[in-house]
Amino acid sequence: MDKFKPSWRELPIAAIITEPGNIAESKTGEWRTGLKPVIDQEKCKQCYICWAHCPDASIVLKDDGVVEIDYYHCKGCGLCSRICPYKAIEMVEEVVEYG
Amino acid sequence: MAKRIAIEGSHAASLAVKLANVDVIAAYPITPQTHIVERLAEYVANGELDAEYINVESEHSAMSACIGASAVGARVFTATAGQGLALMHEMLYIAAGNRLPIVMAVANRSLSPNLNIWGDHTDMMGSRDCGWIQLFVENAQEVFDLTFTAFKIAEDEEVLLPVTVNLDGFHLSHVIEAIEPLEAEEAAKFLPPRKIPSHALHPRKPTTWGAIGLPEIQTELKYQLEDALRRSKDVAKKVWKEYGDLTGRYYDVIEFYRMDGAEVAIVMMGSFCGNARDAVDLLREKGVKAGLLKVRMFRPFPYREIVDALSEVKAVAVVERAFSPGSVAGPLTSDLKTAFYGEKQRPSISGFAAGIGGREVTMSEIADSALKALKVAEEGKMDGGFEYIQVRW
Repeated sequence: MDKFKPSWRELPIAAIITEPGNIAESKTGEWRTGLKPVIDQEKCKQCYICWAHCPDASIVLKDDGVVEIDYYHCKGCGLCSRICPYKAIEMVEEVVEYG
Repeated sequence: MAKRIAIEGSHAASLAVKLANVDVIAAYPITPQTHIVERLAEYVANGELDAEYINVESEHSAMSACIGASAVGARVFTATAGQGLALMHEMLYIAAGNRLPIVMAVANRSLSPNLNIWGDHTDMMGSRDCGWIQLFVENAQEVFDLTFTAFKIAEDEEVLLPVTVNLDGFHLSHVIEAIEPLEAEEAAKFLPPRKIPSHALHPRKPTTWGAIGLPEIQTELKYQLEDALRRSKDVAKKVWKEYGDLTGRYYDVIEFYRMDGAEVAIVMMGSFCGNARDAVDLLREKGVKAGLLKVRMFRPFPYREIVDALSEVKAVAVVERAFSPGSVAGPLTSDLKTAFYGEKQRPSISGFAAGIGGREVTMSEIADSALKALKVAEEGKMDGGFEYIQVRW
């Protein structure tokens, strides 16, 4: 069975999701349209304003406090780049490969 | 076996719901349905029925509360009519699509404008594509029997669909008739408590219902509902057979009256089938070979059974308490014509709208419709169109 294209018989009744939280599996990173945020760790002061503002929870704080981007989910909206007081996040072009 | 009692049509529904031992009732009063939920509220208040009675501020909320309760696994009932059903429209699809076995009595009432509290079938016809099983009943005994058995059909694991039991407003909801109900013991034996599905809502086991249905999945979801609705017909037949063995009252998706050797068949739904039986008797006395085919199950539409029953007759007169503005014919007539289109042997079909907004449909009006349909057939025409027989000119 194709996980994303099940037949009508393979679908659970009314497509009820019995294991909550599975939206995390959805690769929303594919929605980026050519720009991705890149953090300059030299400039980053670890103020976490980007982390507080990211609408997709795609700013990840590592155990040592370092900030990283979760590209699997980041939709490339650029909010973190605009809001960073230290201009530590730059939107850079990326080549998107489809299919 | 229970003692024969005199009971109002509405209260026959209430009694069936009490014997079904429902867990939750959420309803908003509306004429001509109010007596049904009024009596249920009394049962709950008196401690005769251990159920949660939820007072709500609208029919939209009534159906929403029913949906939530049914998703938890409760046995749920509500009732409505006319405008109330229209206000529920959106939620009717949610109930069916999420496969929630809610049972609802609809005391059929005309839709506004103009303000009319009396009966016809235009309320249910406006929501006929909502995915519910839709039954139409003729008398108080049927109100009781079909409301009670509806729970067993709805909750069958092959089905898991909501059911409406349509009883004509006033003509059936407000008349007192003799019925034979069930004893509480035999009711409990026939209808054990609802089996709670594994995906039911529970605080300790959260599940997601009605998540986004992308274009890649919506078609399959809708087909899933379609398949369940179609399969529900055989489950209904099975449940009604078992009920017949218990009570001696056997039901089927369609019912016949004097159809043996009939040349013209009157096709109708609901309480006015009583008048149609008299019309058939009248016609038979005058030498016209007439019969009645009563459609009890409107959705899923039992077209195979209807085609088999009517392929030998010359003419069909569909007399319906509804019409479909701007369409070819009324809903029942259109369905019948569609069912016969591919058949080599088929009767001439004529449709008649009557009984709108509570107007009486007399025995002679039904008999005249049958004669008109027969005349159309004898003139060699396959289609008598759709006529509004009671419109004054």
